[in-house]
Amino acid sequence: MSAPAAFTDDSAGGTLRFTGSLSLANLGDMPERLAAYDGKVEHIDLTGIERLDTIGAWTIHRLAQRTGADIKGLNADAQHLFDQVQAADQPVVIRVQHAPAFYRVLGEIGEATIQTFKTMVGLLGFLGATTLAFGAILKSIFVPPRRFRFNATVQRFEVVGVSALGIIGLMSFLIGIVIAQQGAVQLRQFGAEVYTINLVGRLSMRELGVLMTAIMVAGRSGSSFAAQIGTMKLTEEIDAMRTIGVSPMEALVVPRVLAAVVMMPLLGFYSALVAMMGGCLLCWIALGIPPVTYIQRIREVVPISDVYVGMIKAPVFGAIIAIAGCFQGMLVEADAEQVGLRTTAAVVQGIFLVIVLDAFFAVFFSSVGWI
Amino acid sequence: MADDDIVIRVRGLRNSFGEQVVHEGLDLDVRRGEILGVVGGSGTGKSVLMRSIIGLQIPDEGEITVFGENTVDLEENEAIEIRKRWGVLFQGGALFSTLTVAENVEVPIKEFYPNLDPALLDEIASYKVVMTGLPADAGPKYPAELSGGMRKRAGLARALALDPELLFLDEPTAGLDPIGAAAFDELTLSLQRTMGLTVFLITHDLDSLYAICDRVAVIADKKVIAVGTIDELVALDHPWIEEYFKGPRGRAAVATQEAGKGKAGAD
Repeated sequence: MSAPAAFTDDSAGGTLRFTGSLSLANLGDMPERLAAYDGKVEHIDLTGIERLDTIGAWTIHRLAQRTGADIKGLNADAQHLFDQVQAADQPVVIRVQHAPAFYRVLGEIGEATIQTFKTMVGLLGFLGATTLAFGAILKSIFVPPRRFRFNATVQRFEVVGVSALGIIGLMSFLIGIVIAQQGAVQLRQFGAEVYTINLVGRLSMRELGVLMTAIMVAGRSGSSFAAQIGTMKLTEEIDAMRTIGVSPMEALVVPRVLAAVVMMPLLGFYSALVAMMGGCLLCWIALGIPPVTYIQRIREVVPISDVYVGMIKAPVFGAIIAIAGCFQGMLVEADAEQVGLRTTAAVVQGIFLVIVLDAFFAVFFSSVGWI
Repeated sequence: MADDDIVIRVRGLRNSFGEQVVHEGLDLDVRRGEILGVVGGSGTGKSVLMRSIIGLQIPDEGEITVFGENTVDLEENEAIEIRKRWGVLFQGGALFSTLTVAENVEVPIKEFYPNLDPALLDEIASYKVVMTGLPADAGPKYPAELSGGMRKRAGLARALALDPELLFLDEPTAGLDPIGAAAFDELTLSLQRTMGLTVFLITHDLDSLYAICDRVAVIADKKVIAVGTIDELVALDHPWIEEYFKGPRGRAAVATQEAGKGKAGAD
């Protein structure tokens, strides 16, 4: 093992004599000791050193620069190293310079606001582009060649719809049980346990079935759309498509949006049915209402308009989720980190828009008399 | 040759991914202070060999010693001692995307020498950045803002941060323009001369091979089939090596090299 770096001063002649290995591993606290050394330095003698690396050379170079001393005792290799280090002595900024905190916060608020508006405008534009692509595909049915991608769309059906059946079923079943249980506890106080059936039936058909499905689809499919398209953007697949003459809107976005629009009502209806089954199980066990009675009551208390409400909302939610996912995917640029950020944004935006729209739908359907 | 002069020694290396065997009985020696070029067709496992040596890929069988220490199943604290002594430049640069270029260079120094004075740390990062040929204003930039060539230089600056004795370069000139590639070769050579580096260089670039490599190892048929200077390799009469060095690109590289020598002689 090499000896640690050290220096001795020869106060009469103003010479600093270095010994040991002047390398990063053996430097120890020598830079601090050198900085604290305030004697006169006219010559730096490196004859006695064992090894020199660029960091050692840099330390000596700084010392020579500070004190104006001359360096002697270098062999040819070490001299070469010194020249390299000297040539590289330029001021470099290490970190990004930040403005004061107050201005920075103001700036961030401003930027976030502008960004939000830009995103909303962009999303609107993307909706338009998707509509145009749909139009072009519809037109191509009458004017061949047909541009509708049947296989891609069916494959999306499977990924968005069929593969989601298990998790959505499980989730809905549990939510059905929770609603029934909570409802039963509260309604028992009025001796109205039997209305638990109304609660479960109407809530799951009208609101929760579709809403919970939308959240699940946003988490499963909206995010995967953003990640897939974002990755394709990074690997220049989308640019390659454009140069070949394939429209990415038609090839990638339309099949995904179509799949979400078609699958959402089916999944929503399925979710509502499974939630009612969960409620049925709880009513049977906790309230002693047999399934036959439960089903009969459901048929009496859930009006057909509740089914319509759910089924009208579902495709709209599907479209919103898919468009938000594809839009965020298309926004990916530069590096892989963006794929993660955009995927998160796709899910947040999708769920947020679904809930906002759900509120509008609730008001709308109440005012047209579907109460 | 004395053991002391062999920096990397690989014996009987076997690597496989599932059914596919990449290396079988691979032997290789890298001598101290040389630039060893590693060539081979695509998919012959050049990068896998590098990953095995630096311990990112656990081989099925075989023995790998670096600086005389066996690197296969090494204790974590022993592995750290060895990692201090080498630097690695990955193909895409592999810079940390959330840090600036200069901060990237500081990472290994901070990791291994946490007590170093922050001011000195900044100075070291600065001259490393400039030394690898990056402009001084590249320091506070993020990797996403850099071009491919600059990313490679920044990756090299990080690989050289600890003044290593051994440097692994994975296709450093791939994707660079000829001027940038030639400058990178020159930089590698000058750093190797100055700091006495041993360089393990994976490349497809024939010009690099001719310009800077002391010896070249050829990987084919799951092992190193030949090691030597280019002249020695060409004299071997192996069909693949023949094709590689005497194909149209090989001839062009020779012509460039000879033109360069002629010019240097005339000066």
